[in-house]
Amino acid sequence: MVSVDELRGMIGKEAKVEVTQIEKGMIKKAAEAIGDPNPLWQDEKRARKTKYGGIIAPPGLLITAMMSGSRPEGSMPFQRLLAGGGEWEFLLPIRAGDVITSTTALADVYEREGKAGKMLFFIFETIHKNQLDEVVAKSRSTLINY
Amino acid sequence: MAKQIFYEDIEEGAEIPALTKHITRRQLVMWAGASGDYYELHYDKDFAQSTGVPDVLVHGRLKAALLGQLITDWIGEEGRLTKLSCSYRGMDLPGEDLLCKGKVTKKYVKDGEHYIECEVWTQNPKGERTTPGTATIVLPSRGR
Repeated sequence: MVSVDELRGMIGKEAKVEVTQIEKGMIKKAAEAIGDPNPLWQDEKRARKTKYGGIIAPPGLLITAMMSGSRPEGSMPFQRLLAGGGEWEFLLPIRAGDVITSTTALADVYEREGKAGKMLFFIFETIHKNQLDEVVAKSRSTLINY
Repeated sequence: MAKQIFYEDIEEGAEIPALTKHITRRQLVMWAGASGDYYELHYDKDFAQSTGVPDVLVHGRLKAALLGQLITDWIGEEGRLTKLSCSYRGMDLPGEDLLCKGKVTKKYVKDGEHYIECEVWTQNPKGERTTPGTATIVLPSRGR
């Protein structure tokens, strides 16, 4: 079985790059999936009057539809996997038409003794940049492998 | 959308207006489609029970997104959610009321921006906090 030290050797290595083309339909779908009727995400006419000058994506789009926690292939030694939590920093608005490149790397890995035996905690960090190379968001997610 | 709130209106200890959600199985499927997370635990009851849980479970990230809505419903168009974090602590099942709640823990001005920090959480019908977390918000000030 792969050791924690070997896993720690993967910290900072870029695990995955995902490119997401942001579209109005995608924003609408993400808002509907949680039942969020806020006009800022869906009503162009209304959103145009705000400081954003048009529809922006809700924070939930990043949480729902964008990569934050890909797992490096084959690196998880145990069978069961549980999402432990997440953290999102929203730096700039995301809009329809943006092309977001999300780069995820392993940020930390550690072992804990749980009720069911050894548990491995994997922390993944994702940097999301738009087509202008601006960082629009950062996210972290915890996956528990046991 | 609620009317705009300002930094000066908010006191430490103030409660965020609660958001009540009734998560259906259909909504779990919609969220799976929107997210691309097709793990069977969240829509296939037989599969879910084979892993030892009583029914399909509400996705942790769906609950995180609901906490995002709790905040954006409250802060209005001029407010900005800058950070959200939460732990997926407890299981939530479809068909139950899920309450999203929050409370202001701190307010401060930094680099000319007016920040509010809150604790936020989802709560099941037993009153247990299943997704505890924190949120950081920037609000407009009446001072300018």
